[in-house]
Amino acid sequence: MPQQPEILLMKGNEAVAHAAIRCGCDGYFGYPITPQSEVLETLAAEKPWETTGMVVVQAESEVASINMLYGGGGTGKRVMTSSSSPGVALMQEGIAYMAGAEVPGLIVNVQRGGPGLGTIQPSQSDYNQSTRGGGNGDYNVIVLAPASVQEMADFVELGFTLAFKYRTPVIMLSDGIIGQMMEKVVLPPFKPRRTDDEILRECPWASNGMGLRQRGPQVISSLELDPAVMEQKNLNLQRKYAQIQAEEVRSEATLCDDAEWLIVAFGSAARISHKVVELARERGERVGLLRPITLWPFPEKEIAALVEQGVKGILVVEINAGQMVYDVRMAALGRVPVTQYGRLGGIVPDPDEILRELDKLKSLAE
Amino acid sequence: MTPSDIIRPENLVYAKPRLMNDVPMHYCPGCSHGVVHKLIAAVIDEMGMAERTIGISPVGCAVFAFKYIDIDWQEAAHGRAPALATACKRLWPDRLVFTYQGDGDIACIGTGEALHTLNRGDNVTLIFVNNAIYGMTGGQMAPTTLLGQKTVTCPYGRDPKLHGYPLRLADLAARLDGTAYVTRQSVDTPAAIRKAKKAVRKAFEYSMEGRGSNLIEFVSTCSSGWKLSPEKANAWMRQYMFEHYPTGDLKDVPASKNNN
Repeated sequence: MPQQPEILLMKGNEAVAHAAIRCGCDGYFGYPITPQSEVLETLAAEKPWETTGMVVVQAESEVASINMLYGGGGTGKRVMTSSSSPGVALMQEGIAYMAGAEVPGLIVNVQRGGPGLGTIQPSQSDYNQSTRGGGNGDYNVIVLAPASVQEMADFVELGFTLAFKYRTPVIMLSDGIIGQMMEKVVLPPFKPRRTDDEILRECPWASNGMGLRQRGPQVISSLELDPAVMEQKNLNLQRKYAQIQAEEVRSEATLCDDAEWLIVAFGSAARISHKVVELARERGERVGLLRPITLWPFPEKEIAALVEQGVKGILVVEINAGQMVYDVRMAALGRVPVTQYGRLGGIVPDPDEILRELDKLKSLAE
Repeated sequence: MTPSDIIRPENLVYAKPRLMNDVPMHYCPGCSHGVVHKLIAAVIDEMGMAERTIGISPVGCAVFAFKYIDIDWQEAAHGRAPALATACKRLWPDRLVFTYQGDGDIACIGTGEALHTLNRGDNVTLIFVNNAIYGMTGGQMAPTTLLGQKTVTCPYGRDPKLHGYPLRLADLAARLDGTAYVTRQSVDTPAAIRKAKKAVRKAFEYSMEGRGSNLIEFVSTCSSGWKLSPEKANAWMRQYMFEHYPTGDLKDVPASKNNN
């Protein structure tokens, strides 16, 4: 009899930690911050250094964490960190260095409200920071937005795969709702960490002391003072980003085939919007939901196609003051009204509020 | 007798270390960096570690250290080299891992990373070149600038009321439980260079033996920043720098103490 997958009940933050151990992660570097500290706590309790050999370090700051990620990723290892909004803000310099030096790594952001120290309650207000680069220079990182505990577990492996495929940092942009809530989850199967020889084969660019033996010394660096060379380096990065935009867009459409009205929402806002679609359909309204799973690259073609198909108006629901709405407007190219609804400061909108916003959108469009 | 009669392997008493690359160095005449690079290159080669070493270069004058020594390198953000070193060493325990940092990098913007890496006892070596000034950016005040010393950002001399006091990082490091070997060296005379090389070897060996973290501070010159000839810069260093930063070992923990 085939073995049934084991279904467990746990928090999103715990699922990230277990998934990391299971998918061959070599190292975790993190600093405590609410509402994501369970990631580090779970790893510390699981002691993966005694089983898979995974390294776990509680760093002295988020600045140190991200630079440990930069150093570890630069050696070709699968490394990750996690934090929450103020901590991820501190990491932006390191993320820019990783983008510039093309170093893979996974950064999990369990968002809380801001600005500044803000609140420990959930928010989605790091959308702009995550999807626009966040640090200095022309770069993007791949941003994955989980909407369930299961996706927080699944996106660890996906994040590493994409990070190494494109030699780029990847952000998993979760929030305090999904990180803290308990839900059933099937953890990924155990996969061993790669051997040194496998790393050598897969990461010929890595700087881990093995380079000299085969290829001459490897240098991980974002520095280049010759403008002609630096322009080429930047153009190469832009070509890579264009390829990611062409090949890695992910989204989920719910009841969009006949939709007259469209909600676009990601992460926990998409979970609430699911309920809104259900309630609206009960009222006989043809409302659909498009959930971007990758926030960068953004599913603009998918949104444009729904506008083409006859959607009359779009409501963007996000737990912030209006950030993703600009990407949706770009995708809709002014052809239909695009409105936005969000709550701030750690307040989460309820389905009735969103239904009322749908009504407003309809009166605006008709 | 012609030069070709003299230049023979059996007459060779000195050679450029094998791991020093044949490229022009950007360092100013009289700068200590070149000599320190050479010592590191020689020790790595003598230890047979060329193919098992990861160097972490800083932001500052030594930002291009990766061009000069023929090993694998990572170029860190300003001050963050020890964090990279921690990750490299934890993930690759059989590698020789060291950082190479100036005073602004290790004792100012990156003091936190340096002290915590040292205090964790990560089995790495931090090489600290202290020339009491920001060289690369044009001679600004450093955390290690001496009281009264003039720089472009303290043009009337470092005043403790305005600028605080010159930081003795090695003294702090020696007080940390995680450190195995902390020493202050210089490279101004052949005798000092020979001693300094032994210190590099000891620190690298300690790190490979798992004794803990190691810090070597090189009290150094910056003839361009100090606006002195190389010869006068050495004299100035001996007269003023050695008084505040005396050379010698600050800590050397026997194997039995820290060895796990």
